Amino acid sequence: MLSWLVNGAYLVVSVLFILGLKAMSSPKTARKGIAWAGVGMLLATAVTFLIPGGDGGLAFFAPGKTINLILCVVAIVLGGGIAAWLGKVVKMTDMPQMVAIYNGMGGGAAALIAAVAFTSAEPPTGTHATLAMIGALIGCVAFSGSTLAFAKLQGIMKKAVRWPAQNLGNVLHTLVTLGLGIAIVIAGPHPALVVAFFLMALILGLALTSPIGGADMPVVISLLNAFTGLAVGLEGYMLGNPALIIAGIVVGAAGTLLTQLMAKAMNRPLTNVLFAPITGEAQAGGTMEGSMKECSSMDAAAMMRYAEHVIIVPGYGMAVAGAQHKVYEMTKLLEAEGVRVSFAIHPVAGRMPGHMNVLLAEAGVPYDQIFDLDEINAEFPLADVALVIGANDVVNPVARTDKSSPIYGMPILDADKARECIVIKRGRGAGYSGIENALFYADNTSMLYGSAQQAVADVITHIKELS
Amino acid sequence: MTDLLYLYIFVLAAFVGYEVISRVPVILHTPLMSGSNFVHGVVLVGSMWALAHAETPLQLVLGFLAVFLGAANAAGGYVVTERMLGMFASKSDAARAKKGA
Repeated sequence: MLSWLVNGAYLVVSVLFILGLKAMSSPKTARKGIAWAGVGMLLATAVTFLIPGGDGGLAFFAPGKTINLILCVVAIVLGGGIAAWLGKVVKMTDMPQMVAIYNGMGGGAAALIAAVAFTSAEPPTGTHATLAMIGALIGCVAFSGSTLAFAKLQGIMKKAVRWPAQNLGNVLHTLVTLGLGIAIVIAGPHPALVVAFFLMALILGLALTSPIGGADMPVVISLLNAFTGLAVGLEGYMLGNPALIIAGIVVGAAGTLLTQLMAKAMNRPLTNVLFAPITGEAQAGGTMEGSMKECSSMDAAAMMRYAEHVIIVPGYGMAVAGAQHKVYEMTKLLEAEGVRVSFAIHPVAGRMPGHMNVLLAEAGVPYDQIFDLDEINAEFPLADVALVIGANDVVNPVARTDKSSPIYGMPILDADKARECIVIKRGRGAGYSGIENALFYADNTSMLYGSAQQAVADVITHIKELS
Repeated sequence: MTDLLYLYIFVLAAFVGYEVISRVPVILHTPLMSGSNFVHGVVLVGSMWALAHAETPLQLVLGFLAVFLGAANAAGGYVVTERMLGMFASKSDAARAKKGA
């Protein structure tokens, strides 16, 4: 009876999750989607307190289990409370790394479920042990890999770390870890084997993620998200819990598809992201001709004030400087002077596809002023000014021309085709990916150095003076 | 037989996952990744199961950590997704307000 209630509730939970994800794939229904999924999660958590125990009673309320119940409630309140609080206070620009760290925690939880099973008096055997082992391996990789991704995006760890024969080393590392896992399945979970297996799996996550540069991180986080889903599904199989299987595998499959879509938007095949990371050295031969021209905020203000059409290309540099509100203030000023202003969003502007739209929406930029790459590219040759704020690779014409460049073939915004191009940039160095940008050396490009926030504020002052 | 049924669920769920998010616009990639990150927070259920059946002190510690991490995945994932999607609401509301004015 009780088992029917619990499993019936899990069925409802699974339906809510699937409907929620479906709704989240369309802008109109997305908010409903997360609400449905949220209800599903609350229901799932609540009925899990009623899971049956070995003696026909409730597992959590059996004699001697009070400590388990107390620990469970404390862990939920602490873990949920801290994570919810962090999620509330973190800046919108830092969202990608928050997704990474929460994802890592899910992977860690899946690995720990397997750890509990392998340390129990009756450890799983056969198929269940195999699936639990694979789930634990994937969960550990998702945990340590996501933590490293978080560290990179947060700026705690700056450089991609590479060493010789890395790909071969990682293959061997994976094989050894799998070998340990197989030994556990065959010979039983001896403590030394289990500890070695988990350690190797955790280090594997670090080894796989550390050579990948910051620019490719979104794809990696998406992939690790799919990994965690798969790990959760596998542990669900071991536990015989359909809710875990369905939610985990649905996320695993959806996450894999999403990863492919993202990689496609960045024109970086997944195999390249993982095994041939973008390196600054790859660009060594491509020295730039011409020189960078500097302009003052007054020049920039005048160019835009007397333009007919200005296209703004925002990038991550604008977002970290928190300049989107200032940029919108400038937009409104220009519009008051009769200038048409559009925003051009590259599919991977920001740190993840869609990230920049969220940031602009936060600043209040209306929907109908924001255009994506396909919509806006034809307009650049007709525009008077393209204002590039803190964007780099997504406007680099090298992607069109230089076959040796690591970003060759990536679709870019044609900012260089505008009559004048102004680039607001913090310093003279190469961008996030370390690739030199030919746009900065073009004849019609002027560089305005400074933090996006300050530079735009100065431009605003000068536009006001001109009015 | 039960194992075989789980395998059925496993395979069919994979197809559902693939179908459910095909044709998603680029602007929703990040929120959807975050949303699916929230959904695998259901790992909390498995963690609770593990903690409920924990016997030894070691298992209690591992189970406690599992529930802690699972709850953080679920709660954090929800809050972050809700915040991102909230931006879309303010955007369409703003657009509507503008058209109404």
